[in-house]
Amino acid sequence: MRSRGAGTRTQLTKLEELLRELRVEEVMTRRLVSVSGDFTMAQVKELLRKHRISGVPVLEGEALVGVVSIEDVTRALEQGEMGAKVRDRMSREVITVFADEPAVEAVKRFAHTKVGRLPVLDRGGKVVGILTPGDPVGRAFRVMDLRYREQEQQRWQQKGLGLEDLLGEGASLVLRFRVQGEDFAGAGKASVQAKRVLGRLGLDPGAVRRATIAAYEAEMNLIIHTRGGELTLEATPHSVVVEAVDKGPGIVDVEQALQPGFSTAPEWVCEMGFGAGMGLNNIQSCADEFEIESEVGRGTRVRAVVHLSQSGRKDRLNR
Amino acid sequence: MKLIEIAQRLGLKVEAGVDHLENEVRGGYAGDLLSCVMARAKTGDLWVTVQRHPNIVAVAVLVGLAGIVVTEGGNIEPATLERAEQEGIPILVSSASAFRVVGELWDLGIRGE
Ligand SMILES: Nc1ncnc2c1ncn2[C@@H]1O[C@H](COP(=O)(O)OP(=O)(O)OP(=O)(O)O)[C@@H](O)[C@H]1O
Ligand SMILES: [Mg+2]
Repeated sequence: MRSRGAGTRTQLTKLEELLRELRVEEVMTRRLVSVSGDFTMAQVKELLRKHRISGVPVLEGEALVGVVSIEDVTRALEQGEMGAKVRDRMSREVITVFADEPAVEAVKRFAHTKVGRLPVLDRGGKVVGILTPGDPVGRAFRVMDLRYREQEQQRWQQKGLGLEDLLGEGASLVLRFRVQGEDFAGAGKASVQAKRVLGRLGLDPGAVRRATIAAYEAEMNLIIHTRGGELTLEATPHSVVVEAVDKGPGIVDVEQALQPGFSTAPEWVCEMGFGAGMGLNNIQSCADEFEIESEVGRGTRVRAVVHLSQSGRKDRLNR
Repeated sequence: MKLIEIAQRLGLKVEAGVDHLENEVRGGYAGDLLSCVMARAKTGDLWVTVQRHPNIVAVAVLVGLAGIVVTEGGNIEPATLERAEQEGIPILVSSASAFRVVGELWDLGIRGE
């Protein structure tokens, strides 16, 4: 009970603060329905019904001259005077509020006068909107809600990876892609997709860049040098693990394959700009941990781990 | 410098990514070997290349490039343009050679390592 009371109190204080901070123009309704003094009460009744409102300001030209409300209509109806002009039935004593006043002023005016609506004026005296009693507080609550959600999101992003909060410690998120050999039309799609997903999780952009460049090189090697395989990226709160596995043909001499510039890519692939013999080196320089295993006739497995910077460690390739 | 200004000054034809010409160009990289682009181009660079197959879009996304200038004119594969639109990567075309385009970029103050 006690804690609940305290919670309600802080909410009230926040609401008060917000009502002081928000201007009337931020909480009012801008789409303004109005009538002129020439309207009949019957026309006003139709208008109120159509717009589901309980009263409208009366304007002569741009000047506010009165307000006519559902009560005025009811009275005219009882007296059988629905053909009477608005000008003769409206209330002329109009309580208004200025657009640049704090919203709390409108709340006070509603409390003290019991009117059902407040026309809103700019400092030139022109009507720019209308306010009903629920508007200021309703709008303030919406703003509070919005800000709360923004703060939540910021907290997530500041923490870096929100996976721990989302899945619990020890859990991880795995993205798995089937990569077809020689599928140059789809080439790079898996890595681009992975970049989008990891980026949305709010991971450190430098680490995402390194992990997905490594993934791209591994993906391209599956396409160029194998009949296809599987590419996975596993995100944990501390790292992204990139792994590419295929079932052949395997690498004859792994040491040699790791030499910068060594490539067995066929001529037609080289024309597209592949085959610089730099892919495996790129994976190595992007990764904090790197492993490669290969057996001719059986297949190749490449594994690269990118650590997520916990303490804002300057990312090597975050250039 | 914004990409749109570069496009205007060099008279480049915008083939994809018109909505992203406000991209800030921080530097440049020229080359046609994709793994070298991956290794050496930096985030925010403008990439000058003769390659025009769809994979250049993936490279641009992963490196975080500001845009691609395809040199030596000619037509770009529709698949490349389609992918560029999807990913929001501007593709600009010049009929000049890479040598000339890079020279003009340098004159505008765009630098690279
Ligand atoms: N999964 C694989 N299966 C079989 N051979 C591979 C595999 N990955 C790499 N290789 C061999 O290792 C060589 C070097 O690979 P690396 O990725 O460094 O360069 P590349 O693919 O030839 O060219 P680049 O990656 O620069 O476009 C390849 O030419 C190929 O012979
Ligand atoms: Mg390769």
